[in-house]
Amino acid sequence: MIAETGLAALWLAAGLAALQFLLMILALRSEAEVSRTMRSVAVVQGVLTLIAFAMLLIVFARSDMSVALVFENSSAVKPFVYKVAGAWGNHEGSMLMWVTILAVAGAFLAILAHRTGERTLLAALGAQALLALGFYAFLLFASNPFARLWPPPPDGQGLNPLLQDPGLAFHPPTLYLGYVGLSVAFSLAVGALLTGEVDSRLGRAMRPWVLGAWLLLTLGITAGSYWAYYELGWGGYWFWDPVENASLMPWLAATALLHSINVLAARGALKAWTMMLAVIAFSMSMVGTFLVRSGILTSVHAFAIDPERGTFLLALLAIYVGAAFVLFAVRGASLKEGAPFELVSRESGLVINNLFLSVILGVVFVGTLYPLFAEAVSGEKMSVGAPYFNAVAGPLALLLAVLVGVGPLLAWRRERRPVIKQLAVPALLGVTALAITIILAPHIHILPRLGFTVAAYLAAASILPLIGRNPLRAPLATWGMVVAHFGIAVALLGMAANAAFTTEKLAIANPGDVLAVGPWQVQLESVTPTAGKNWTAIEAQLRATRGAGIITLAPQMRYFSDPPMETNESAIASFWNGQLYTVVGRQDVSGAWQLRLWWKPFVTLIWAGGGLIALGGALALLGRIWLLFRRRSSAAEWRTERYA
Amino acid sequence: MKPKNQRLVLVAAAIAAVLAAVLLAMWGLRDRASYFYTPADIAGGKAAEGQAMRLGGMVEQGSIKHLADGVTIRFVVTDGKAQTPVVYRGIVPDLFREGSGAVAEGRLDNGTFVADTILAKHDERYMPPQLGNLAAEHKAGKTLEK
Repeated sequence: MIAETGLAALWLAAGLAALQFLLMILALRSEAEVSRTMRSVAVVQGVLTLIAFAMLLIVFARSDMSVALVFENSSAVKPFVYKVAGAWGNHEGSMLMWVTILAVAGAFLAILAHRTGERTLLAALGAQALLALGFYAFLLFASNPFARLWPPPPDGQGLNPLLQDPGLAFHPPTLYLGYVGLSVAFSLAVGALLTGEVDSRLGRAMRPWVLGAWLLLTLGITAGSYWAYYELGWGGYWFWDPVENASLMPWLAATALLHSINVLAARGALKAWTMMLAVIAFSMSMVGTFLVRSGILTSVHAFAIDPERGTFLLALLAIYVGAAFVLFAVRGASLKEGAPFELVSRESGLVINNLFLSVILGVVFVGTLYPLFAEAVSGEKMSVGAPYFNAVAGPLALLLAVLVGVGPLLAWRRERRPVIKQLAVPALLGVTALAITIILAPHIHILPRLGFTVAAYLAAASILPLIGRNPLRAPLATWGMVVAHFGIAVALLGMAANAAFTTEKLAIANPGDVLAVGPWQVQLESVTPTAGKNWTAIEAQLRATRGAGIITLAPQMRYFSDPPMETNESAIASFWNGQLYTVVGRQDVSGAWQLRLWWKPFVTLIWAGGGLIALGGALALLGRIWLLFRRRSSAAEWRTERYA
Repeated sequence: MKPKNQRLVLVAAAIAAVLAAVLLAMWGLRDRASYFYTPADIAGGKAAEGQAMRLGGMVEQGSIKHLADGVTIRFVVTDGKAQTPVVYRGIVPDLFREGSGAVAEGRLDNGTFVADTILAKHDERYMPPQLGNLAAEHKAGKTLEK
């Protein structure tokens, strides 16, 4: 019954989405009073999808093997938390999660939005309903998560052990919230293009959604990077894998949007530009979902094996993105001219930021899709990996990081002061860092060397907006910007240190043997068998020291039975100045064990930086929300914002 | 700037950015895309020695040999038509075993493929892009055996 309840809720929600879309047409064509009805419909639709999703969680939690999806992706002996998390560790479940978030976001838009014009809001709700409708159809006709099996099999096929990790419980939902949060920006942009009300009010209404979505994407990418780092046992934090790029592309677009939306909100400029970015940002979310969920990444041939889903998603993508672009082409040019600004101004700075991010997005997009394109056209198989992305996107990102230090110092509209002077100290720090790396590490690669330089410069430059004023009186949004920009410097330092100074040791060892890696002496003490609920493992006991004190590490090689699989569980010891990363491999014919050890100086700064960037987003969001409540309670007139 | 000019400048900047991205990407792809070869391609002389590439196929049954240093392995990749010997130094990924698909990144050296990396699976359904049809054929074969 539970699965049927979920399915029924999904059908009802789809019906309501259709109704919501029709109501929008009614509202835009006549002056019919449908506002309250539409808002209620949006809320009920959100609740129904939540019910459907809850039903899916229940069938997974109870290991109801009569549901095909549970049978294929779960097993009765799995730990409880992974039974529940397994609900979204598969295609159908994750698509249900996607559509649930989409509908719930629509519901919140209906409840919370009071800042845009009423007609724009209704049009946005209609657009959101149309988006949801396509994904409901995809679920109901091509990816039903509630399909039954008869007779029910005794036990399931299990979940990929790599996914049986706390990272799984946290990572996909966070990314999806980010992806789908951008749908609200998309819908608001579409709504505003329909009604022509593209103004600073719209910018302010859109901003919290963009901030929230961007913040979650940042967290999701950071967490995903750390998950890949410790779970895959390769010691890398970013592989330029198409699945990773699928989350990076919406992030790049959202970052650009986040910056241009400030221009729209504060100055009423960059109108068409910001609408375009809002459309692109969510389009990239859909491209990402399409890439990961259609199976096309497996190969264009595999795409043909399961043509229904891939074609369905591609059609949805083409319709939504195509329609939004057509709407933009028709209405974009007729938007009223935005407020003017000079060549040297905050606005120009943000335009340059947007251009850089767009170019980076473009090269990542081409690099990610080119192999698919080439194979479809010429049948030639190729892959585009780190050498391409590092060479093309790396220097652009560094250049952008240099500009990040300049932009926030510029005044809105027109900058007359010689801003460059303020950057003397940061520039000096950068040059000093460069000199130090040349003296101490003459042989490192050029990119990490420049990474150190820019990181030192940006660490200082990013805090300049707080200098020369009382930092405690600076708005939270300014603090958010400073923290996020400082986070870029921190992450950059971590990446540069990891690239330049990682040392690796790969060898075999018998119990008692000592291996050296970086400053560490690592002794293999013993190798013992151990077991968990659904796995057995061999565990190496390592004792590591670098002079004072001894730490122990216990990397494992785990064997899972359903499905049969082995995974390396790395053991990592973190210190303020780096991580000791250990992996145990197979037993060699002579009885010795393979060990792979890394000393990675300051590698943790990569994720600490990611965390700071997200924290900056959170501060800015809090600041915006706080201002909103204060303004609403005092009912004061809107004033032009000068927040930095 | 006059409003009219401002819009023109912005549109020009946007177009320039798109062009820059495309040109930059084409420049980058020219010598940094690594082509995917099967053992049959290599036997046919399609792949140049020393060039970065990927090799994909099935790990031949009984072909994995461990060398004396304990961390280097040799194995043979086959696509049913030809074989390529591979040497790899490192801990092989979780899914690497005889009779299953593998993709190796590296270069050819005197007819032996020297692998820097052996790719592993990442997502529950995800496979290295080029292995899809091999894996699908393999699966189809398995189902027929049953």
